Amino acid sequence: MVAIKDKVKTFIVDNFLFGDTSYELADSASLIENGIIDSTAVLELVAFIEDDFGIAMVDADIVPANLDSIDRISAFIKAKAEALAA
Amino acid sequence: MCGFGGYFGSVRDAEALLARMTSAIAHRGPDEQGKFVAPEAGLGHARLSVIGIGDGQQPMSDETGNLTIAFNGEIFNYVELREGLLAKGRRFRTSSDTEVLLQLYDEMGEDCLPLLNGDFAFAIWDNRRRRMVLARDRMGVRPLFYTSKDGVLYFASEIKALLKVPGISAEIDPIALDQIFTLWAPIAPRTAFRDIHELGPASVMIATEGQVTVKPYWHLDYPHRDTPSKITDEDDAAEELRTLLTDAVRLRMRADVPVGSYLSGGLDSSLVSALAAGMTPLKLQTFSVTFDSAEHDESAFQTEMASALGTRHRTIACRAGDIADVFPEVIRFTERPIIRTAPAPLYQLSGLVRQAGLKVVLTGEGADEVFAGYDVFKEARVRRFCGRQPASRIRPQLFRKLYPYLPGLQQQSVEYLAAFFGTGSAALDDPLFSHRPRFKTTSAAKMFFSGDLRATLMGYNAVEELAGRLPEAFSRWHPLHQAQYLETRFLLPGYILSSQGDRMAMAHGIEGRFPFLDHRLVEFAARLPPEMKLKGLVEKHILRKVAKHLLPTAISERTKQPYRAPEARSFVGPGELDYVRDSLSEASIAAGGLFNAKAVANLHEKCRLQPASGFRDNAAFVGILSTQLWQKIFTGEKVGAARAA
Repeated sequence: MVAIKDKVKTFIVDNFLFGDTSYELADSASLIENGIIDSTAVLELVAFIEDDFGIAMVDADIVPANLDSIDRISAFIKAKAEALAA
Repeated sequence: MCGFGGYFGSVRDAEALLARMTSAIAHRGPDEQGKFVAPEAGLGHARLSVIGIGDGQQPMSDETGNLTIAFNGEIFNYVELREGLLAKGRRFRTSSDTEVLLQLYDEMGEDCLPLLNGDFAFAIWDNRRRRMVLARDRMGVRPLFYTSKDGVLYFASEIKALLKVPGISAEIDPIALDQIFTLWAPIAPRTAFRDIHELGPASVMIATEGQVTVKPYWHLDYPHRDTPSKITDEDDAAEELRTLLTDAVRLRMRADVPVGSYLSGGLDSSLVSALAAGMTPLKLQTFSVTFDSAEHDESAFQTEMASALGTRHRTIACRAGDIADVFPEVIRFTERPIIRTAPAPLYQLSGLVRQAGLKVVLTGEGADEVFAGYDVFKEARVRRFCGRQPASRIRPQLFRKLYPYLPGLQQQSVEYLAAFFGTGSAALDDPLFSHRPRFKTTSAAKMFFSGDLRATLMGYNAVEELAGRLPEAFSRWHPLHQAQYLETRFLLPGYILSSQGDRMAMAHGIEGRFPFLDHRLVEFAARLPPEMKLKGLVEKHILRKVAKHLLPTAISERTKQPYRAPEARSFVGPGELDYVRDSLSEASIAAGGLFNAKAVANLHEKCRLQPASGFRDNAAFVGILSTQLWQKIFTGEKVGAARAA
């Protein structure tokens, strides 16, 4: 889980915070409320999860409940990966 | 239409100072220049001759020499005002509106301002009362800036003239930068320049020795939301609107030179052009900008409208790369950082008008504020509709209908649509409810601010400042009127009429005239019930009713297409210009000190690889580039010339 979270965090810092590590973003912070992602960025995030974790996402997966914080994204990826492995 | 500069107080080398100030704004008035110097006041003027061509030279003094005026703009009802003054026994030496204004001031002092129907900024040196009077039109069409140094008040139509005063230099105002990166424009009287101010719309400044007062002479007001409107019959309202708009165009056709018209292909400029075409004995000349990209281009509608009216139509193409070519000049004229490129094609368009030999054009600007045309009004209505049932999965689907031109939004789930527009969390009684999403989306670009700039701005909140500027009556207005007020009193003068309007037109010595901003029409529209403006999700309903009898159906029933231009992708990719690369290099960004150099480098790279970035990235790219250019142009810092290490 830590490895997943680190990878997610790195992606978000590199792509949505443009490498600015001084920006304090808590793992539980809302990406929408904090202006980190917009409608275009959501689709970039989906592409990242599919490409880097080999997870196919259907439309029903693309909701804030799954993707609106580092914690939620990590938990979502973990659950999907476990389901795939089962 | 012209430009002026001047001072109140004691200065050295007055003639030379006024010559420098006037020369700095010579583009506003290429036809003539003039100066007036008194012991404690001076005025300089650059003239674009439109009315009273042979006898309207400025600065103009009255017969006694006690009153002297420098005036920028037009008093459209000067003919009627002149008749009133003649009836009182006054006599005129010239045929100009300038003299009418001067004599009206002589008669009434600053109480004459509510009588003026015009777009103006002026300075009157009143030697009898030893005072300088500065004033600006109701809506903020014509600009006026001021500052003080060593007890002297200096003022001018553009800030570049003030920078000619010894001891006055350009320094970015960090609060203004925060406001631009939140609200799109500084809140007047603040400008992008520290210690240089703007006289707000509908304001008069009276400067006497040791005292300066600024007061409004007009307010934009709306009825109490619980008071039934006196305007109930839609057909009668449409008829009254048609009469008012026709008269507003008629007054704005007054000129001793031919008047042309911009034609975007939308409802507003088409209506203005249609009315103007019926009032000129000559063939009306119309002007449009076209785009390579289908998502921005409206040329099919422009051609249809020009053909229907039989105008002499000219177009200028805004091709890939054109925006980047003119952008540094655009910033020299906006005199502020901007977060959108939309002014650039308008800079090209005014150049086309100048090439055609015209000095004056009508535009449809203002109708979207006055008759609720912008998406933000519809968006607020849908957000309220969703907010009443936050659990609904059906209601947020309306957002897709609002923004058919935003592909990223079309693909979002209902849950994301609701989250992006804050439908569940926003307080429905928030006075800024309508504009919160825009402010939030724009503010996201502030993530590129440097650590130093963030520290300077610690504790400052532009949205709170805006909320603090709202009038006491605001809370009693209908939500649509609250949103209209925010657009009309802040964004219209702060961005639309300045960065896209006056400054882009005057860069080529062109005077824009705005029939929809005739104050009689603005006041009438404010009294209309909200549903006559935004009916369901159909914008400008009452205006469409008027247009039905004047325009082809394809235009009168057309859904509004917001005026936009290509953003970051205009600047990046093959053929990227040196100034773009230099301005955004890590060395330049570090030298400027306002942005995080590494993050900007990554943004630049992302925009190169992925030109269709979202709003935040585009706003940040254009905002940062324009700020860097602003620093280079006005402070002379080498932020744009420095080479990457």
